[in-house]
Amino acid sequence: MEQQERKELQKIACQLRLDVLEQVYTAQSGHPGGALSSAELLTWLYWKELRVDPSEPKKADRDRFVLSKGHSSPGLYAALCRRGYFDPALLKEFRASGSVLQGHPDMKKCPGVDMTSGSLGQGVSAACGMALAAKLDGAPWRVYTLLGDGEIEEGQVWEAAMFSAHQKLDNLCWIVDCNGLQIDGTVEDVAGPGPLDQKLASFGFAVEQADGHDFDDLERAFAAVRAEQGRPSVILARTVKGKGVSFMENQVGWHGAAPNGEQYAQAKAELEAEMARLEVE
Amino acid sequence: MAEAIKKATRESFGMALAELGDTHPELVVLDADLAKATQTLLFKQKHPERFFDCGIAEGNMIGVAAGLAAAGKVPVAATFAMFSAGRAYEQIRNSVGYPHLNVKVVGTHAGVSVGEDGASHQCLEDLALMRAVPGMVVLCPADHYETVAAVKAMIDYQGPVYLRLGRLPVESVYHNYPDMPFTIGKGNTLRQGGDVALIATGLEVYEALQAAELLAGEGIQATVIDIHTLKPLDAELVTEAARATGAVVTAEEHSRIGGLGDAVGAALLDAGCAAAFERVAVNDIFGHSGKGMELVDEFGLRAKDIAAAAKRAIARK
Repeated sequence: MEQQERKELQKIACQLRLDVLEQVYTAQSGHPGGALSSAELLTWLYWKELRVDPSEPKKADRDRFVLSKGHSSPGLYAALCRRGYFDPALLKEFRASGSVLQGHPDMKKCPGVDMTSGSLGQGVSAACGMALAAKLDGAPWRVYTLLGDGEIEEGQVWEAAMFSAHQKLDNLCWIVDCNGLQIDGTVEDVAGPGPLDQKLASFGFAVEQADGHDFDDLERAFAAVRAEQGRPSVILARTVKGKGVSFMENQVGWHGAAPNGEQYAQAKAELEAEMARLEVE
Repeated sequence: MAEAIKKATRESFGMALAELGDTHPELVVLDADLAKATQTLLFKQKHPERFFDCGIAEGNMIGVAAGLAAAGKVPVAATFAMFSAGRAYEQIRNSVGYPHLNVKVVGTHAGVSVGEDGASHQCLEDLALMRAVPGMVVLCPADHYETVAAVKAMIDYQGPVYLRLGRLPVESVYHNYPDMPFTIGKGNTLRQGGDVALIATGLEVYEALQAAELLAGEGIQATVIDIHTLKPLDAELVTEAARATGAVVTAEEHSRIGGLGDAVGAALLDAGCAAAFERVAVNDIFGHSGKGMELVDEFGLRAKDIAAAAKRAIARK
């Protein structure tokens, strides 16, 4: 990847983090941790991977994205508005009554949301159904879905894993945001569902491991996935929960909490400093 | 008059679905390892490329159906009522109902008439659960003819639908009413009488007609209404019948909580209609093993039970 392109993507990811912060702070509600950990993943998907047209969000042959970890909605909303699906001014209405930006994504309300989600384990099944529909039509469009590593504990995820492999959904790519934390503690301490690479490989997946904050590594992993035939793929993306805000990083308490005024100011200063650094470098 | 056809509604469903597959290329059928029992096997045999067995994984099946619908297909997801409306309730609620996707959820083997399998498989609360999902149409046809009509109406309708079906062959009703239309949300008046209104759904429609015969023998004239659509309920029709007769009996092979009786009772209260009201339904208990129709007897869901309830209601007028 060219240095310039890498830097542009890093700036977008930083902007998404600023947008996440603004939404959660303004609403005084929401889930910053997993939205911050997946900022590079969403940047890669919406700026490099997905064949979509924000001016025609319902285009029949578009690629689909399902945020199975629906609580990361502020990250998705940031990506969608910065990509041009709606006015970023709407971010101020995140989680407010009457807003198109519901607490968890609502496909009937928010432009660019391909599937309503929020109840863990369900988005991934819908992604399977979409991939199956593309197969039935012999259509080239692809389906991507982002799960949490805590979400993996839902039994439905493994039902969907069996289905994905049995139906040879090579047009389906799972991405697991492996930030290692869930509400009650570390994923290993709460339910210890690992090792995910071996488990998903044994379920019939092509497994890619990647640094979820490194665009070069994501480029490699997504290219490998695109070349897969006859089986579904999963990218296990190693990430840091709360990434980009020093006091939120790797802190379980920032799964679903809003910063106060002082915390907000510090977080904003840190992210703006990072943006400034990217701009001068 | 058409030919009387005694057949399980699940079989009529399977036949109708397979046939509709010819004219509806977007129709995709999903099952959860019960294709022979739900009779989606008939669709599979005719249209194997559009049939997918999801295995014993009902939650995922409903999610797959939601994804298919989001991509423009018309999916029908079938399994026993206990495992669609019951086990996959939350998937139906959040992945189908909330986004109002065009998914048809089918629950076969509903009610105590499942028989020998016993309480674990005798879903008596599916109508309550599915009625509670906003925007869900809830259908419960009475016989072969009505099931064929309901399946076609369900496929042509845009939006989520729950279709309740039974395991056992049921008596033919609509061979006597060949010109009666099937319209989602509109009840069918099958008999007119001024003394009491018998309002029934599913296999209880035949029992209600038999009850009307029993009552006629005693000089009591009953109106019989088939409510094939539990939701949206034809509140106007049931209220008119209640006002005209002053006595209402509802009959359903379902828990008395949340089904037809509750729907009709609430409609009458909403309308300020103070008719005498009796419910024939399964009391707040689980079923158990036995022969299907013997259990329908044992749980008090036969014509004689409806006739007795009618007389109680009339006495309270």
